[in-house]
Amino acid sequence: MISQHFPILQVVLPLIAAPVIILLRNGRAAWLLATTVSWVSLIIALALLEQVSAGGVISYAIGSWPPPWGIEYRIDQVNAFLLVLVSLIAAVVSVYSRASVDAELPREQHYLFYAMFALCLAGLLGIAATGDAFNLFVFLEISSLSSYVLIALGRDRRALMAAYQYLVMGTIGATFYIIGVGLLYLMTGTLNMADMAHRLSGVAEVKPVLAALAFITVGICLKLALFPLHLWLPNAYAYAPSAVTAFLAATATKVSVYVLLRFYFSVFGASAIFLALPMGQILLVLSLAAMFIASTVAIFQSDIKRMFAYSSVAQIGYITLGISFDSATGLTAGIVHLFNHALTKGALFMLLGCFALRLGRVSFSDIGGIARVMPVTAFGIVLGGLSLIGVPGTVGFVSKWYLVLAALESGQWWIALAIVLSSLLAVVYVWRFVEVAYFHQPDAKLAKLKEARLEMLVPAWLMIAACIYFGLDAELTVSGAAQAAATLLQGVR
Amino acid sequence: MTPATNILLALATPLIGAVLIVAAHRVPNVRESVTMVTASVLFLLVASLTPLVLAGERPEVTLLEMMPGLSLKFKVEPLGMLFGLIASGLWIVNSLYSIGYMRANDEQHQTRFYVCFAGALASAIGIAFAGNLLTLFVFYEALTLITYPLVTHAGTEDAKRAGRVYLGLLVGTSIGFLLVAMVWIWHLTGTVDFQPGGILLGKAGNATVGVLLALCVFGIGKAALMPFHRWLPAAMVAPTPVSALLHAVAVVKAGVFSVLKVIIYIFGVGEIAGLKSVDWLPFFAGFTIIVASVIALRSDNLKRRLAYSTVSQLSYVVLAAALLTPLSIVGAALHIATHAVGKITLFFAAGAIYTAAHKTEVSQLNGIGRRMPWTMGAFTVGALSLIGIPPAAGFVSKWFIISGAIDGGHYLALGVLIASTLLNAAYFLPIVHAAFFRAPDAGGHEHGEAPWPMVVALSITAAMTIALFFFADLPLRLVSQLVGMRYGQ
Repeated sequence: MISQHFPILQVVLPLIAAPVIILLRNGRAAWLLATTVSWVSLIIALALLEQVSAGGVISYAIGSWPPPWGIEYRIDQVNAFLLVLVSLIAAVVSVYSRASVDAELPREQHYLFYAMFALCLAGLLGIAATGDAFNLFVFLEISSLSSYVLIALGRDRRALMAAYQYLVMGTIGATFYIIGVGLLYLMTGTLNMADMAHRLSGVAEVKPVLAALAFITVGICLKLALFPLHLWLPNAYAYAPSAVTAFLAATATKVSVYVLLRFYFSVFGASAIFLALPMGQILLVLSLAAMFIASTVAIFQSDIKRMFAYSSVAQIGYITLGISFDSATGLTAGIVHLFNHALTKGALFMLLGCFALRLGRVSFSDIGGIARVMPVTAFGIVLGGLSLIGVPGTVGFVSKWYLVLAALESGQWWIALAIVLSSLLAVVYVWRFVEVAYFHQPDAKLAKLKEARLEMLVPAWLMIAACIYFGLDAELTVSGAAQAAATLLQGVR
Repeated sequence: MTPATNILLALATPLIGAVLIVAAHRVPNVRESVTMVTASVLFLLVASLTPLVLAGERPEVTLLEMMPGLSLKFKVEPLGMLFGLIASGLWIVNSLYSIGYMRANDEQHQTRFYVCFAGALASAIGIAFAGNLLTLFVFYEALTLITYPLVTHAGTEDAKRAGRVYLGLLVGTSIGFLLVAMVWIWHLTGTVDFQPGGILLGKAGNATVGVLLALCVFGIGKAALMPFHRWLPAAMVAPTPVSALLHAVAVVKAGVFSVLKVIIYIFGVGEIAGLKSVDWLPFFAGFTIIVASVIALRSDNLKRRLAYSTVSQLSYVVLAAALLTPLSIVGAALHIATHAVGKITLFFAAGAIYTAAHKTEVSQLNGIGRRMPWTMGAFTVGALSLIGIPPAAGFVSKWFIISGAIDGGHYLALGVLIASTLLNAAYFLPIVHAAFFRAPDAGGHEHGEAPWPMVVALSITAAMTIALFFFADLPLRLVSQLVGMRYGQ
């Protein structure tokens, strides 16, 4: 049965697609292949989620080498959920990317773009699927290297600098991660994460293990852009091609959050790091700082893509805040926000790409009155913005509900107030867009523009529709997140 | 038709109307007919539920489950019934008035105006029929957002600034306080349902109840309790029909309605009466009543005077609710109705004066009653109602609030009510006097009444103000159910 091999097919299909695309050298064929592979990935991911829900954890031994000696792919509630998210975003963005890439990239680079896109997808799916700490590093590097290239493809020359910055920071992060894994290997003699967790319970208090925890934490937090390790993110998001920003914003940081969750709860979980070290407090403080400082910085941006990039840093703060509570509700909140924010930001950056298609750059000074010439795009951004604020009826409200609930459950009512106060900062920067887009008369240059092309608007609006659907009926996402949280906490208790 | 489908249809009607309004945007006459028909259908749907509620039934329907254990659901009880009747009934009259006003003043974006109006009514009905706090919150926020384009209708710098204040205060308070209160209540009790007698008894201590009440009352910024009242005068930048329906009826009444609903069905009137931690609320309400009245007295701009009068009158409802006696609760609920008809008449009159005479200041109104007898006659009726002089509806609700204050031994509240009655008289009666008994200023241009739809509309609401005094029977029968009294026995 082919369905037995879904865990490996999930990763290998896009991985093989990348070199095939290079061989094709044709932009249109490359797009077709990348899109097909993304959609097939989505189908496989959904099938895997179904299998996990029905039959529990799937363990797949690569090359039939049994774990812990061989590389094991291990799919449980947590990463099955993530695989669906990543491949869903990839599928939607791939449809969107054709028109966007046509407009933003020179023709001879198109096939390279799709090759890197497929490679990046393979890397992200690999990180999610694998149960092996070193294999995870390999995929981390695959996804990172391809994303440096993708960012550097941006037509603004500053994209090169942004990609270089990200390269330096990303490499430091990956190096820290591998040092941590090396230390763990030293202490346990295994790279299989489940096996590692089992063996660590004896040596949790040993210095090298604590050092490994510190290295891995810093390394991963660099990749997930936790404040104050976020400095690479705003430039990377602002200058990358629109389709890349939409894809990376919705997936890359989210996958890194997953790695953090996996190490904290599945690998170190049994050794109770939240009790032995003040990991919870550290995360809490940094998350709050991200929520307030990044949101405040977002208010003062003149480039709208940068503004939403800073908003992403703040929103990542919400996710890690949920994790820091170390409770079932907190984890549920974090995971559900991971999903919700991916939808929201993916949609927002896709819509900004619609502006970029017509305008080139999207800064506040260029878009006065744009709601009159591109009403569909502008209204989509307003809806996405409402979701960032957390208005009921959008996914942002669901996230906020569970975060506030987790804060109150932990007995820290002041955190609940901090959460709602920081979401009011989102009102300020979202409304800045509303006022510029709706209350100005479009200038002569702007007035000649047309609404963006349907093949971009439809995928973007699908995501916006998902933001509203899952905001009104969060049964699926919340129960999925709650199961994932329960799975993670099994390792702890 | 079952009551459940009736409720859902009532919610859907304004939305369907909005779609049809967009479809008919090229033909203004059809567009306005759609508004009128939609408003009438909505009123009939809402009214058809009234006999059931009067008979003691509480029809309910669950729309969907938003989050595990948390549904969007609707349940019609007497207070919501009353609010629904007022909002949908006055929408008909207001639509008539809007047609006259928007055409006479040649306003832009009329389609957007009618669409947002329909959306606002859908939200108001959602608030009225909400079966739990979550549903109320969802529609409360929807009402804020859908009315934003109405407030900023003119699109000017002033409108933009007013919009900021409007949105900032309303969204800020609701997300900052009410959301926290709601999650907290859910955390404590595992439910957010509205239940007679409240849901907090035995689940929350004295201090917690006090904090929760503060979060709820200040979180419902639409009730305009000081210091979160500034959005209301700011929103007066909107066209007058908006001020009339939204800031005399739908939005502000949604605010005080929510306060009343939360006090009755979440906290429980008898359950929190006498608690030390909730006795601060009458002082805040009383303070708002007096201070807002004083500001109204000092405002020369007619709409601003009416706005502060509204702030003051809203706190009547909050004060009456905060007294926590059965009679005052009846008074609070009635005041929602009586103030609505009185204040909408006053706003209609202000808009008619602006349209016909282009006058906005109180000091310009000398002798205007001779040129606009119908308008100023209606204005007089509205003013009498707000002061509380029979035979206008305001007398009835004031009677119950005062009885409640005496009943509960709240003599300070009694003092506030007396002082504010005098202040009301002081800021309304000079206008009436100037309009009818002073000679017109020289140099004014010739004008008559405003266009007929406006005059008809304001005459109808003035008549309703009087009628509600003589036929207070229906609202009384509804609201006496709130406190378990059987009216007429």
